[in-house]
Amino acid sequence: MRIAIASGKGGTGKTTVAVGLATMAARQGLGVHLCDCDVEEPNAHLFLAPTFDSVRPVTVAVPAVDASRCDHCGQCAELCEFNAIACLPDRTVVFPELCHGCGGCWQVCPRAAITPGTRPIGELASGHAGSLAFSRGRLRVGETRVPPLIEAVMGCAREADWVILDAPPGTGCPVVTTLLGADYAVLVTEPTPFGRHDLALALDLTHRLGLPRGVVINRDDGGDNGVVELCADRGVEVLARIPFRRAVAEACAEGGLASEADPAVAAGMQSLLRALRALEVPT
Amino acid sequence: MKLIIASSGPRPADRVDPRFGRAPYLVQYDSADESFTALDNSAQAALAQGAGVQAAQTVVGLGAEAVLTGRCGPKAFRILAESGVTVYAGCTGTVQDAVEAWHDGRLEALTAANARAHH
Repeated sequence: MRIAIASGKGGTGKTTVAVGLATMAARQGLGVHLCDCDVEEPNAHLFLAPTFDSVRPVTVAVPAVDASRCDHCGQCAELCEFNAIACLPDRTVVFPELCHGCGGCWQVCPRAAITPGTRPIGELASGHAGSLAFSRGRLRVGETRVPPLIEAVMGCAREADWVILDAPPGTGCPVVTTLLGADYAVLVTEPTPFGRHDLALALDLTHRLGLPRGVVINRDDGGDNGVVELCADRGVEVLARIPFRRAVAEACAEGGLASEADPAVAAGMQSLLRALRALEVPT
Repeated sequence: MKLIIASSGPRPADRVDPRFGRAPYLVQYDSADESFTALDNSAQAALAQGAGVQAAQTVVGLGAEAVLTGRCGPKAFRILAESGVTVYAGCTGTVQDAVEAWHDGRLEALTAANARAHH
């Protein structure tokens, strides 16, 4: 089973839950691979101190123009929806940062003057923390092509009972890419008006993707009933409630696991683990 | 000699647009007969990305020798500079004002892009 840990709102505790769930499941003997898909600011490794066996660059295909073959016919520039190629009377100029890698230019070139070149977008690291397999991506600063790197991170996880995908926040392309790699989504929220608002967005997104989902209410100090009402309205199960504890913040600040910081927090994570193990989701 | 002026409208009395690629109009001025011709650039102005790349290709295709604009981004500037088109940035007032300033030699050619890329 491939489980994405997502949320609409940032800072609700996705990584806390993903890392807690992954370590607990691994301890129960499940083969678990955790993917940190938040490649714009990966942080799961801070809590796991993993050993990386492999670190490699991830590249995307961009056009490489052989000036000696190019006759500036302009078909490539005309085809490119992203204006990544400018065809001038005496030269053809490529702007790799605009390229989305569709490959249309080297298909359409009548003189075979364009071949697929490469452009690095980030780094992929994979390894393990104890029996837990782990991979994470790190996007190059200033890079806008996020999904290919997330796909590379998810591609590392093959032979595992559970693949846990720690998703980026929001509901944009990076999140959609991560959710497309999942069989089930755990949406982590908090009992605040902001948490409710963004949970509604995440519920809309997972609904449109046809992805089964359940909700975890983190920092559940009982202050606001909004997310509970929303889940009831939408017929979405609350899988677990994790209490608000100062000890969790202290543990996280030191790179420790929330699930080990407080028994009530550990119990909340355990109930999530039980709920997920009880799911019958096709793999 | 042909100039292209980034403009908010099609007429010489319209104001210079500070943006090059996303200017609603590119007005061509031909010094041979002092004529103005407007090109509708609204399709390019609405592009998600690469508006400057498109506009710069248009300018090169028209055989213009200079561009008068408020700003010019790095991709458009590279195309224009490599094609031998001089870019005069910081232009204000009307299209007519900008052309007069160019005639009088009051404009300074840009040596590097003066706007950041936005894609």
